[in-house]
Amino acid sequence: MAAEVRRVSPPHCLSASSRLSFRSSFKRFSDLLMQPTSSSSWRKRLAYYFKHGDVLWWTLLTLSVGVVLVLVLWIAWQLWVQSAAARHAFGWQFIWPWAKPVWNPALDKFQAWPAIYGSLITAAIALVLAVPLAVGIAIFLSELAPEWLRAPLNYMVEMLAAIPSVVYGLWGIYVFLPLVVVPLGKALAPLGEIPGLGVFFRGPVPASGFSRLGAALVLVIMILPTIAAVSRDVLQAIPRSQREAALALGATRWETVWKVLLPYGQSGILGAIILGFGRAIGETMAVTMVIGNSAGGGYSILRPGYTMASIIANEFAEAVSEMHTAALIEIGLVLFVLTFLLNALARWLVVNKTIKRA
Amino acid sequence: MTQQPVALNRTDKPAAVASATKMVIRGVSVYYKTFRAIKNVDLPVYENRITAFIGPSGCGKSTLLRTLNRMNDLIPGARVEGKVLLDGEDIYAAGQDVVDIRRRVGMVFQRPNPFPMSVYDNVAFGLRLLGIRQKSILDEVVERSLRAAALWEHVCDNLNQSGMALSGGQQQRLCIARAIAVEPEVILMDEPTSALDPIATLTIEDLLQTLKENFTIVIVTHNMQQAARISDYTAFLSMDDDRAGYLVEFGPTVELFTNPKEKLTEDYITGRFG
Repeated sequence: MAAEVRRVSPPHCLSASSRLSFRSSFKRFSDLLMQPTSSSSWRKRLAYYFKHGDVLWWTLLTLSVGVVLVLVLWIAWQLWVQSAAARHAFGWQFIWPWAKPVWNPALDKFQAWPAIYGSLITAAIALVLAVPLAVGIAIFLSELAPEWLRAPLNYMVEMLAAIPSVVYGLWGIYVFLPLVVVPLGKALAPLGEIPGLGVFFRGPVPASGFSRLGAALVLVIMILPTIAAVSRDVLQAIPRSQREAALALGATRWETVWKVLLPYGQSGILGAIILGFGRAIGETMAVTMVIGNSAGGGYSILRPGYTMASIIANEFAEAVSEMHTAALIEIGLVLFVLTFLLNALARWLVVNKTIKRA
Repeated sequence: MTQQPVALNRTDKPAAVASATKMVIRGVSVYYKTFRAIKNVDLPVYENRITAFIGPSGCGKSTLLRTLNRMNDLIPGARVEGKVLLDGEDIYAAGQDVVDIRRRVGMVFQRPNPFPMSVYDNVAFGLRLLGIRQKSILDEVVERSLRAAALWEHVCDNLNQSGMALSGGQQQRLCIARAIAVEPEVILMDEPTSALDPIATLTIEDLLQTLKENFTIVIVTHNMQQAARISDYTAFLSMDDDRAGYLVEFGPTVELFTNPKEKLTEDYITGRFG
């Protein structure tokens, strides 16, 4: 009996004598493999954990997930703590849209609404323009493109997503702003005469083209491939049977796409749009290079401005006073929370849509 | 399979009563790129009758079925030679509107494929494609179609439930309701019961007997008993040495199963191969 007990067994089994006696009644191959050893109990324990990969893997994978959790909480905590000075000094006034916009490092007076507005308006314009275009590209790539054209086009779209943002910024400054944004800004400027709505189009657009509009349009190009590529994957994942069902009922290709494929893939496409939005609101380099970096107020998209990301990137290195730093970090906190909320909202939308269907 | 006799169509009368020819497959060959999947099939499809395609796996039953409403057009590299006449008109002729053909020749697939929308919207889908918007017409046709598909009693108290929430057999009947809602002349069925349990299968088979009063039905099945039970005419296809499917024998189901003319047919229905 004692010899059997020495076999490497799960520690919690050692006391189960009834099982062991059952096992001792015949010779198993595992008995032959595991010769009785005189090793100490911790070695047995270790051998057990390594033999049963599950335990090891469970531990490793849990740790990896833990890293993500710790990082998120740590970042949030740091943003909260480091922004304390600004939070105490300015309170909610810091982010209120109707508070007086000031950004004066010399007087240590800060108010973040222009930057928040800059982020929201550039991301919103970018989404409004990019989504139809990107979904159109996705539909073409997935449903209409002839076989030989598909691979090169897919490659091009993915290529567009892989260009570093600083390159977009440079290209924006030297090519896109003068050739597209300046003429477009001039064309839009007359809209500034419209009462009410005109506040968004009050010119003039700077000769350099640096403006919220410029940033938004560069963002369009940057989020286009993300949304297009993910939407294309969503469309391609829709079972063929759905297309066949529609076509067999006498649907045209267009009707199949519009009435079957898009509704079927709506939650996935919404996910793609969220990804694009996340990229748009967080994009820093390219936006900093083309938005003009002005802390001035005003709502006009034709004027230079700031986004939350760009104001941090642009000023953090030069922030000397403690309050200036704290104000920038608080903007980081606002960006963090805003992104989190928008993601949560989008996720909620996705889940809701999906459940309704299932 | 042993040599037990296969149960024959309950009504046992169809062959005697003459019927108009709804569709004619004339000299049809189907190619996938260079591979020839079907060669030179000639076959009539009679109006208000059930025609079954049987044969071993890979002999091109489904391919042949899909030539009847040009579903093969969707597959890149697929090409059809020959003619398929619908009421005497070649559906592959230049200038034929494929959308219109598919409306006239509906289809039910192997796996139930309801759209992820409500039962009502599923059935109304085809009508809305036709531009029918009036609620009263939609309501009436939805109810009629669901009744014809023997599904009405199961869903009438909640037409807004998702079509995906139904059981497999109910989903397939929903697909049948959806197909008949647009009042096609011919309904093609590609192994419509192969994904269903025996009871759901029986329900669908019963349903086909009532549907054939109003529709012409062509059904592919790899279940010989099913073909014998439900069909009026049977086409037996087989695969040639070059893996191309061809028609071995076509005839009234009763004759084909009791008195096959070809040795190959006899071997197949008695279970000696396939």
